[in-house]
Amino acid sequence: MAVLKNLDWSPLYISLKTGIAATIICFFAGIFTAEKVMKLPPAKKALADGILTMPLVLPPTAAGFFLLLLFSRRRPLGIFLFQNFNIKVVQTWLGCVIAASVIAFPLMYRNARAAFEQVDGNLIYAGRTLGMSEFQIFRKVVLPEAGPGIVSGTILTFARALGEYGATSMLAGNIPGKTGTISQKIAMVIQDGDYQTAGVWVAIVLFIAFMAVFFMNLAAGKRRKNIRKWRE
Amino acid sequence: MAVYIEIKRKWEGFSIELQVKSSAKRIGILGASGCGKSMTLKIIAGIETPGEGRIQLGPRILFDSESRINIKPQKRNVGYLFQNYALFPAMTVEENIAAGIKGNKAERKRRVREMTERFRLAGLEKRLPGELSGGQQQRTALARIMAYEPEMILLDEPYTAFDGFLRDRLEQELLTMLDDYQGTAILVSHNRDEIYRFSEDLLIMEDGKAAVFGKSKDIFENPRKIAAARLTGCKNISRVEILNPHSMRALDFGITLHTVREIPGDTSAVGFRAHEFVPIWGKRQKNCIRVQVESRAELPFEWKYYLKPETEEGRRGGESLCWFVQKDKWQELSERGLPDYLQFSEGKLLFLQE
Repeated sequence: MAVLKNLDWSPLYISLKTGIAATIICFFAGIFTAEKVMKLPPAKKALADGILTMPLVLPPTAAGFFLLLLFSRRRPLGIFLFQNFNIKVVQTWLGCVIAASVIAFPLMYRNARAAFEQVDGNLIYAGRTLGMSEFQIFRKVVLPEAGPGIVSGTILTFARALGEYGATSMLAGNIPGKTGTISQKIAMVIQDGDYQTAGVWVAIVLFIAFMAVFFMNLAAGKRRKNIRKWRE
Repeated sequence: MAVYIEIKRKWEGFSIELQVKSSAKRIGILGASGCGKSMTLKIIAGIETPGEGRIQLGPRILFDSESRINIKPQKRNVGYLFQNYALFPAMTVEENIAAGIKGNKAERKRRVREMTERFRLAGLEKRLPGELSGGQQQRTALARIMAYEPEMILLDEPYTAFDGFLRDRLEQELLTMLDDYQGTAILVSHNRDEIYRFSEDLLIMEDGKAAVFGKSKDIFENPRKIAAARLTGCKNISRVEILNPHSMRALDFGITLHTVREIPGDTSAVGFRAHEFVPIWGKRQKNCIRVQVESRAELPFEWKYYLKPETEEGRRGGESLCWFVQKDKWQELSERGLPDYLQFSEGKLLFLQE
């Protein structure tokens, strides 16, 4: 096939790199925020939850608009980052990562919080009366209990970050070999009427997304077997 | 070690207010569901904070609202046995036991081995809690607490998740294993048999307040308060009107009771335990009541009668009385028929206050 022979593979690498980087960021940030938000009093919790969930319900282009406002090199934060650390966000791969992270973050955060909140409170109390520190309780009791929820949050985060289009195109643009992700590539070649190349990329992205979900489900499945044993 | 507990806390529609001091090693808290007994334990453990008050264990102050002391549960050295045992599901038996042990690896290992032997868990070290029987779970939970070497243990209605035979065995096993525990233990329960067997001192709670506190045996003998009588299993309770120091009218039974003992002036009710009635055939005697059988239930070892009393004036009315007849006395009853009268034996009358 001529299309495959002449294919520029860079969108695959860029998308995978972006997806993995964003997932790692969201994994830690999501768990950390979930743990903090869970402990807030009800009114503050509702407020924090509302703000943190926004990227999920907002059109990605609207999120992209805010990101541009924030990171543009004509704005305070953008100026600060560039002058002090020589960091450029707009039109760079870092922009891809930031856009994907912001959009995918709520999925990780919400799943982690739901998983933490269903952990039996008595287990935490038991840990405390046994002299375990809050961190030990979190690491040894809460995390394993919340495991399946965290795994599914991670899958969704990765899948969402991999396919991010709207915010990425605004913040990072579509520079071939630099910020050109698969999603942007598909949109671009469709505009040129090149359905064959678009089809190849769709197939690739479909395959990656499916494999990610499939393998992580397998991993979660193993854990679920234990849970069933725990609950009997 | 003496325990001092003073708690004052209000929630919406509920409050706990009590003050108890005890130097007994085994303390029971008896109360109906929702009377605040579990909350009291949680407050002692430091899982919940009281609004005001003071909690002291021997010389150690765990909580004092006045001097703003509130020791973290981690530092209180108080063990807590939860209703569902709260074993960490993802940890094996030995990891659960090791969870509260301080010290280096070798020391922890030694303690775990010591505990698995003492609590008959050898061979189960690598199992997850979900793979254990009820008894093994209880032993693991106890081993975990004992490995932590607490100064006090709080038992929050353990084994309530189980029933019947298993429950009795778990209870028996728990009490046996607590025998060689030198610290203070507090058991919360709504089961009077359990409490009677376990506690030296007894606190009876009603609506977040201490209804009665004292020696366990004394309270069962003479509950003093209506709530205490009910919780210690007294089935027949009637409001009274004192006529003179030696007689009173039991309004709900419809009988005037005469006593040799002097009736305390603040008596507002009289209680009589269901198995203390004396059946009388023939002539009416002192403190006798004529009854009609309302319903009858056969239990494994006794008969339970619900009776409608007939007032002295011959009117029927008042509250049903409850009479328990042991099966061995049943023989006499079946030969002679139902008694003409039931007698309130004077010595068994309980004078109760509100």
